[in-house]
Amino acid sequence: MDKLIAGVNVSVNEEGYMTDSSQWTKEVAAAIAAEEGIELTDKHYELIEFVRNKVANGETLTIRGIGKSGVVSAKEFYGLFPGAPLKKATKISGVPKPTSCI
Amino acid sequence: MKKLLILGAGTAGTMMANKMRKQLARDEWDITIVDQYKTHYYQPGFLFIPFGMYTKNDVIKPKSDFFPVGVNVIYSKIDKIVADKNQVLLDEGVVLQYDYMIIATGTRTAPEEVDGLKGNLWYKDIFDFYTIEGAVALAKYFKTWQGGELVINIAELPYKCPVAPLEFAFFADAFFTERGMRDKVNITYVTPLPGAFTKPRATKMLGELLEQKNINIIPDFNIMEVNNEEKKIIDYGGKEIPFDCLVSIPTNMGDDMIERSGLGDDMNFVLTDKFTLRQKDHENIFVLGDAANIPTSKAGSVAHFAAEILEENLMCAIEGRPLTAKFDGHANCYIETGYGKGTLIDFNYDTEPLPGSFPFPGLGPFGLLKVTRTNHYGKLMFRWIYWHILLKGKEMPIDSEMQMAGKKL
Repeated sequence: MDKLIAGVNVSVNEEGYMTDSSQWTKEVAAAIAAEEGIELTDKHYELIEFVRNKVANGETLTIRGIGKSGVVSAKEFYGLFPGAPLKKATKISGVPKPTSCI
Repeated sequence: MKKLLILGAGTAGTMMANKMRKQLARDEWDITIVDQYKTHYYQPGFLFIPFGMYTKNDVIKPKSDFFPVGVNVIYSKIDKIVADKNQVLLDEGVVLQYDYMIIATGTRTAPEEVDGLKGNLWYKDIFDFYTIEGAVALAKYFKTWQGGELVINIAELPYKCPVAPLEFAFFADAFFTERGMRDKVNITYVTPLPGAFTKPRATKMLGELLEQKNINIIPDFNIMEVNNEEKKIIDYGGKEIPFDCLVSIPTNMGDDMIERSGLGDDMNFVLTDKFTLRQKDHENIFVLGDAANIPTSKAGSVAHFAAEILEENLMCAIEGRPLTAKFDGHANCYIETGYGKGTLIDFNYDTEPLPGSFPFPGLGPFGLLKVTRTNHYGKLMFRWIYWHILLKGKEMPIDSEMQMAGKKL
């Protein structure tokens, strides 16, 4: 389905995750972040870039991996995206929600 | 002579040694298997030890009992794999050459990954039950424990046998009830998952079971550290949970040797194609069992189903044909729920655990996502099947590919 975000039509799934990563812009990210109650800083954008690159390379995202990224520590990651950092960060980065696999 | 090398003689490696010795002509192929330990542990049995249902002797046998005739066995640590030269370096300077290799070095618990977990209280008030040492220490502890806050915590995904922590919680409920002290024990299940399990129907069923048994669940908890002085666990978001006894499922990691060999991900699991089971960058290396980074459960049942796929694909590779077998991620887990009953789940990469009957549609005898006595006997019987049929690579009356017949959508 389409949703009007930051003045553009963006396709999202029922949970609000973008289904076409190429539609992502900084403005769209800021608007989704605002819905989550987060105001994006340069540190956020640095992490978003890391997340988007990881996913583009087909790698799995984990809290451990982000903690080792050199961008932020795991604790700082929680500070940037409080509560559910991985879910919020992926949503704002315009990539699919990570699936937990056990 | 051509050489097939198997690294690791656990469930996966031992099954493959048995299967491939039957497949490959003795006068053309040398098969060598390497492991640092001489004892084979029946790991599903560890869960029963803290509650006095099994002892150490019930879960150990010599590895050598399960190797077929005509396989070379080397007990040694592995230094590293040099994949570009088709070589494996063992400790003490031995070099092994291979034409094809199967990596089956499994996973280990890494309590050192969480700050404070392996601190002053380790094996005093903090235990794991995924090692024989932890399970035995916990059994001794429970014999005299006076009760209090029993906290079960999963540190991180993925971890071996994903239902075992739930079974532990169910067993603890029954154990302390039978000892007449359940009112003195508060059981809390703390998990990084959003619920009791990953997929919707199993999560609902198992979540309700926890509730019925008066076990608290705290989801979305990613542990940052253990505070030994104040006896509490703390997550990255600042949430704190006090404990008197902490049963931890520590971070699981692949063998350090995988990191030294440059073949794995950031948790040392080998990069593996999830359908063919071939290593991502090397055509003559295959991976079986917990050592692989494929998105399915780390469990013996998965290794067993995948072994049939690997056997076929390895023969394809050896004979220069395209790989024809495709693994579907099939997993099958008996779940002990306490009081002599159990439930069962059967699933794969694409299909979540569904209710129904197994393995025969409509007949069972086992019930999927149902709590029955027969399911419990299935689990107990499995130990015999494991030692006598599964490890020896013999046929079992269950398809390696998951079946939809008997399942209700």
